[in-house]
Amino acid sequence: MVSLKTDVGSISLENPGMIASGIMDETGKSLVRVLRSGAGAAVTKSIGLEPKPGHDNPCFMEVRGGYVNAMGLPNPGIELFREEMEEAVKEGKIIGSIYGAGPEDFSKLAARMEDYGACAVELNLSCPHAKGYGMEVGTDPAMVKAIVSAVKSSVSIPVWAKLTPNTHILTQIGLAVQEAGGDAVVAINTLKAMVISPEFARPIMSNKFCGLSGEAVKPVGVRAIYDLATVLDIPLVGVGGISNWRDAAEYIMAGASAFQVGSAVGTEGLCVFKNINEGLSAFMEEYGYGSIRSMVGAAHE
Amino acid sequence: MSDTVRIKQIIDEAYDTKTFVFDWDAEVRPGQFIMIWIPGTDEIPMSVSGISDTTKSITVKAIGDATKRLHEYKVGDRLTIRGPYGNGFDLKSRNILIIGGGVGTAAIMPAVVETGADTIIAARSDRDLIMLDTARKHAANLWIATDDGSAGFHGNAVQLMNEKLKEKSYDYVISCGPEVMLYFMFKACQDADQDCQLSLERYMKCGAGVCGCCVMDDKRICKDGPVFTRDQIAQLTEFGVSRRDACGRVVKFR
Repeated sequence: MVSLKTDVGSISLENPGMIASGIMDETGKSLVRVLRSGAGAAVTKSIGLEPKPGHDNPCFMEVRGGYVNAMGLPNPGIELFREEMEEAVKEGKIIGSIYGAGPEDFSKLAARMEDYGACAVELNLSCPHAKGYGMEVGTDPAMVKAIVSAVKSSVSIPVWAKLTPNTHILTQIGLAVQEAGGDAVVAINTLKAMVISPEFARPIMSNKFCGLSGEAVKPVGVRAIYDLATVLDIPLVGVGGISNWRDAAEYIMAGASAFQVGSAVGTEGLCVFKNINEGLSAFMEEYGYGSIRSMVGAAHE
Repeated sequence: MSDTVRIKQIIDEAYDTKTFVFDWDAEVRPGQFIMIWIPGTDEIPMSVSGISDTTKSITVKAIGDATKRLHEYKVGDRLTIRGPYGNGFDLKSRNILIIGGGVGTAAIMPAVVETGADTIIAARSDRDLIMLDTARKHAANLWIATDDGSAGFHGNAVQLMNEKLKEKSYDYVISCGPEVMLYFMFKACQDADQDCQLSLERYMKCGAGVCGCCVMDDKRICKDGPVFTRDQIAQLTEFGVSRRDACGRVVKFR
């Protein structure tokens, strides 16, 4: 029998798939639902210091090959998020996603997430459409290093950094995470994008800029994980356009120890986790992979 | 994907409510909704209030900035829409009682047209009643209720429903309206052991089941609903009690 168990550093997962940040993960009860659908863990919506309504609508639409969104990090703030976490952590492993403007914000938020029972924190260094946050702090290796160092010294749970593909120095940023003691790198976030209405001659999103997710971004994500795996020793978590077992297998063979699923929850439904688990098991059985670990990075050999 | 459609006809339903008919050949089921973009203001979810092969309509009460702006639109103007979203009503039985409350009447009207079932339309007063002509044309029986007694039954939708359920048995009740009305309707259906399907509403962003901003308990109103059965609603602890604002903060109704 093959096993789908995997480890991301010290975090053990019964199943290798997690819900990606921003997808059905703003409330305790929806996090519980995700965990019960076959995910090995759930990453929360990115939480900041204060409540934030996000960008005005329109902030989402379907495009060929995926979705664009400019949600703008809506969240109730870390104080109120305690209640949601209390409900969710009883059910399984919750990774607390946080965003901030610098090392101090991230440290405060990470400490609270640890208090709330998160098994790890995921630093959002990659959102492409929130001014002053996300990608704007995550494309400077020195800033990334400072943030990861600060968070590492303020919590004892593992610290994951979620990186953006919107840079030509991805591996340098990955190295900055590793040098600062980061426990894992998550890649990728959405690709910075824009949609324009020809009829109205204006960008459709209220924020103008948005992020592209879904199957169109998968080859970019697989390449990012492959690149990062060539230079990093810390574990990698692959995310971007995964909707079936083949997509997941690609990321694992590029070097990811686990993966996250986002847009496919819209296109496939929450059964996507169960379907991927079954498909991966059957593939591993047929091709003689006894464990996820034996597949990790296989495409490099 | 979005579609840009042209407004073909505008019908004045009431002093503050208009129906906009537009060319759109998409397949839509009664009870589904679409997201309407009003450039410069907002994008909002609206129930589809009329369905034919080539045209669809929405019925809009001017309440906020976006709906007021929409009321300024003229025949020939263009709307950008995406959808349809949600599951819609289950209409396999024709022996149903359909109830619309206020502008929620818009969401149930395609079910009235498709089934010709007995229908109640309720509103605060006779000034607020909408879509009566369509209902008269299609419903086997049409009953009206107004809170102030200015037309039809003097009382609310739930009181009139209780009267009608005493006279005839229905396989289920279908309804859309303000949450407080639906809450008491659900309670009344529980007490009478009457099956029902209610169309619920929450603040929405994506509309497509991705972001999770519209969850009630663990159910996404946009994708798992907006229509829920009595058994499903019985599991929802937040129904009639609280909603969430744009930040995801809990706001209590009472």
